[in-house]
Amino acid sequence: MAYSEKVIDHYNNPRNVGTLNKESKFVGTGLVGAPECGDVMRLQIEVGADNVITDAKFKTFGCGSAIASSSLATEWLKGKTIDEALTIDNMDIVEELALPPVKIHCSVLAEDAIKSAINDYRVKNGLEAIVLEKSHH
Amino acid sequence: MKQPIYLDNNATTPLDPRVLEAMLPYFTEKFGNAASRNHAFGWVAEEGVDYAREQVAKLIGCTEKEIIFTSGATEADNLGIKGVFEMYKEKGNHIITTVTEHKAVLDTCKHLEKQGARVTYLGVKEDGLIDLQELEAAMTPETILVSIMYGNNEIGVIQPVREIAAIAHRFGALFMTDATQAVGKIPVDVIADGIDLMAFTAHKMYGPKGVGALYVRRKNPRVKVTSQMDGGGHERGMRSGTLNVPGIVGLGKACELCRLEMESEAIRLSALRDRLESTLSQLEESYVNGNTQHRLPHVANISFKYVEGEGLMMAMSDLAVSSGSACTSASLEPSYVLKSLGLSDDLAHSSIRYGLGRFTTEEDIDQAIAITQKAVLHLRELSPLWEMFKEGIDLSKIEWAEH
Repeated sequence: MAYSEKVIDHYNNPRNVGTLNKESKFVGTGLVGAPECGDVMRLQIEVGADNVITDAKFKTFGCGSAIASSSLATEWLKGKTIDEALTIDNMDIVEELALPPVKIHCSVLAEDAIKSAINDYRVKNGLEAIVLEKSHH
Repeated sequence: MKQPIYLDNNATTPLDPRVLEAMLPYFTEKFGNAASRNHAFGWVAEEGVDYAREQVAKLIGCTEKEIIFTSGATEADNLGIKGVFEMYKEKGNHIITTVTEHKAVLDTCKHLEKQGARVTYLGVKEDGLIDLQELEAAMTPETILVSIMYGNNEIGVIQPVREIAAIAHRFGALFMTDATQAVGKIPVDVIADGIDLMAFTAHKMYGPKGVGALYVRRKNPRVKVTSQMDGGGHERGMRSGTLNVPGIVGLGKACELCRLEMESEAIRLSALRDRLESTLSQLEESYVNGNTQHRLPHVANISFKYVEGEGLMMAMSDLAVSSGSACTSASLEPSYVLKSLGLSDDLAHSSIRYGLGRFTTEEDIDQAIAITQKAVLHLRELSPLWEMFKEGIDLSKIEWAEH
């Protein structure tokens, strides 16, 4: 299967690879997927004043599309407010990266990772976790 | 564009130019139908086929009449298994095979189960070899066929073929082997090995695609299969269809070259393979899959833990290899062969198969080592699992959200 240019670009030059201090109350961490399934994503956000995401980092175990999806997600997250971040839909990622149907689960995982990171941040800061609609996989 | 280094010779091998040269006249001036008995065009084509039959027979130690040309190993597997099942129905309906067979065998057996066959799928030990006692225990008076592969396509392990044949024969069953990966790579002798039927193909031994053969024993015992392709009664009635003369000539030439060069090639390739394997094994948390004593000389299968196979292959775009990772197949399931060794799913996802071949050079191997090392280190930098492993976190204790 040939990858789209954007997937290859994110794969070769992944943006925002790294680790934020998960103990910090300004940091939310989402760890989704399972090694048995061949995909694990860890996405972290750092939230500043006015609920704006000031930094985002990821590490992903998975195929090229999974790495590209999480790399793209971190790029999109930076500068967004939490509420804006929650509107990121997996199909936006599919479209941007031109993922084939067999790779849609990679984008779903990235969306789950965003929501899971936001919830981690919310719970740490005494807010209620947002109920996640069970994503379609 | 620079061509990647080809280390996927278990998938297919390049055509040897000497094979191509032998084939070419049979596309043009020697175009006749080998079944045309009444003119020179037919005779010339038939001569080409007869000579190829000798070349093939010589490689595996049988007579020319025991070779049935097919379109490849998949067809040969189908013809052998279905043909025996139909021919020996009166005697019994039980077939024994293994879980690590190629799909051409497994799916054929599944098909026959719907037609009333009882099939035993033997498991394998951690090293990929079957347990002979288990085979013996599975044999029944109704067992008509034991079909067990010679060398495995994914991990290269070689089954104890002679011992398997002896057990099958002791219980009055036939022994068939899918020897697609073994013929031309290691000495295969149907008499010494006790093989009654054997499937193999040209394109795994530097011949063309679309041609293979089924060996069917004619003496002690005389084995018969019902044809699966009806028509003009070619190949002694066992496989109708106009013979693929250029392909068959190519298979013959490929067999001859393998017979002459196999011994030195096996030494050369196993030395290169061992170097590749031992160097890459020095990477932390890498594991060689399958038995390393009884195996084909040109295959290495290594899992690089905490990196995913498809992602890894993408980082190694200058290298053509294959992976047991789910992502490389449509099913999203990791390799059933690796899983049957008891490998966890995550290690199966992390596996890379290197298949060396006649045109693999020392330089290729040096580059393959460097490319793999760099890619594994790069992807581990990106891997949350690697980071957790390095922090001493027990990944098996984490509740993963399976999706």
